[in-house]
Amino acid sequence: MSDNNTQSQDFESGLQGSHSEVASFEDTDRSLLKRIQHALHVNPALIPLFILLLSIIIFGVILGDRFFSPFSLTLILQQVSIVGIVAAAQTLVILTAGIDLSVGAIMVLSSVVMGQFAFRYGLPPEIAVLCGFLVGGLCGMINGLLVAFVRLPPFIVTLGMWQIVLATNFLYSANETIRSQDIEAQAPILQFFGESIRFGGAVFTYGVIAMVALVFILNYVLNNTAWGRHVYAIGDDAEAAKLSGVRVRRMQVSVYTLGGLICALAGWVLIGRIGSVSPTAGQFTNIESITAVVIGGISLFGGRGSILGTLFGALIVGVFGLGLRLIGTDPQWTYLLIGVLIIGAVALDQWIRRVSA
Amino acid sequence: MSSATVTPILAAKGLVKRFGRVVALDNADFELNPGEILAVIGDNGAGKSTLIKTLSGAMIPDAGEITLEGKPVHFHSPMAARAAGIETVYQTLALSPALSIADNMFMGRERRRAGILGKYFRALDKKAMEDFARQKLSDLGLLTIQNIKQPVETLSGGQRQGVAVARAAAFGSRVVILDEPTAALGVKESRKVLDLILELRGRGLPIVLISHNMPHVFEVADRIHIHRLGRRAALINPKDYTMSDAVAIMTGAMAPPADAGRAA
Repeated sequence: MSDNNTQSQDFESGLQGSHSEVASFEDTDRSLLKRIQHALHVNPALIPLFILLLSIIIFGVILGDRFFSPFSLTLILQQVSIVGIVAAAQTLVILTAGIDLSVGAIMVLSSVVMGQFAFRYGLPPEIAVLCGFLVGGLCGMINGLLVAFVRLPPFIVTLGMWQIVLATNFLYSANETIRSQDIEAQAPILQFFGESIRFGGAVFTYGVIAMVALVFILNYVLNNTAWGRHVYAIGDDAEAAKLSGVRVRRMQVSVYTLGGLICALAGWVLIGRIGSVSPTAGQFTNIESITAVVIGGISLFGGRGSILGTLFGALIVGVFGLGLRLIGTDPQWTYLLIGVLIIGAVALDQWIRRVSA
Repeated sequence: MSSATVTPILAAKGLVKRFGRVVALDNADFELNPGEILAVIGDNGAGKSTLIKTLSGAMIPDAGEITLEGKPVHFHSPMAARAAGIETVYQTLALSPALSIADNMFMGRERRRAGILGKYFRALDKKAMEDFARQKLSDLGLLTIQNIKQPVETLSGGQRQGVAVARAAAFGSRVVILDEPTAALGVKESRKVLDLILELRGRGLPIVLISHNMPHVFEVADRIHIHRLGRRAALINPKDYTMSDAVAIMTGAMAPPADAGRAA
């Protein structure tokens, strides 16, 4: 900047001759560690991808063809498809610095509505599916309205909704399971996501394809649309986002509502996966979805992380589960290792955040 | 300049704002002329934040009238004020630390790509936004940019201030309000920001500068609005008064000049 408009003050005379490049962006002399930290800061999905590949290689070496076969590897995809879809919804909410404990319950209620509306009321199954989505979206919207307008903490809102939705699920369904054969005979569309495409030994169910497609679509939306950037901005600093002109409350309602809709999709995929409609299915999906998100490198404080990481996180859990089962260890080892991964992932997140210092 | 012949770009008359029993604004007047830097000073609790918030749309006054270029306006949100061409740089800067410089500059007013991608897939025109951000920052002679995609949290305090000011300057077509822009900065970075403020005035953009720093105020301001007890105690020309006079009027130790509100 030129000096002609500067009548500097006396005490500033000491500045003459000092460095003037206040605002240069040069990064000189960065250690390898700093560079790694920066790379992770920019691409938070790298670590979970690395762990995923590493664990596939290790189990592949130990177990050989039993693990490293198209059948086993696509089996993992099938096993994580439900959690993967729910974790995608969880990712959206956690990116806004919220949390959704009701995702699993919304998923189950939606699947029960899809089943019961078709069988109890005799609605065309397509309409019943639509009603399931409606219920899922409505539950999510109630969460969003309570968080945005009543200003209750997301943890409390969704803890309450979890109980409410789960109880509604049991009361409404009267604990009744709709059998797989009946669905197959009368409403096969409910099992749509159980159908599959096969290449040799590889089996891709429509549910798996739906999960992968969903993650890639959301990845595009989060990175390339204003809505997506606003999700990050809210989680990063809601007050700043608001002053910059982001309609924070509207965004929150839309995020929780979309989360509910995605949970309903998971409910539909769930019917395809287990064949029947069961009000007791998916008991641990909410915790499993949070696990996938955290291992996937999404910050629980909001605003950081990539949804691709969530997909990798869900797959890591699947790889460990199947790998250790094939080795024949006590399944508790899986939980133990997942526990270690969770704590490790959060510690790493804290370290990456310090890149600003 | 004489206030009789000039229509103020932004003015307020008889603003009142109460919080319960506390009167934050008590019939306050305000006047910003075209092309000037108007400093607003006042002791803590004098009501200058409330005054600024009503002008920037963050608060709605209980009574009184705000006019922009002579026409009455009613801002119900910061967005409404922004749409009218009034940009505010808040003391907190209102930047999202994890997002890039370009993301931050366009937060809330993103540009979409032309054609099907933008219309149906709502794709952002990242390249145009990055080019624009780079252009605006270098226009202000502010930053030697290496990477416009760099997250804001990796910038220094002065650089962040620069990004916030550049954002306001880029979009503020009528008025830029700066709230304590130098409060968190070191000597060198403060100098940079003061130069920036003068640069903006050089482009004809009127500026409201809220500051506690008397040397800074007296250096750049064309007129000084002294706020005391919820209203404008005086409007002085910094050439006619000393810093201690200003402080005395601000704290009530000196009676405001008889022509208060009409000076300069």
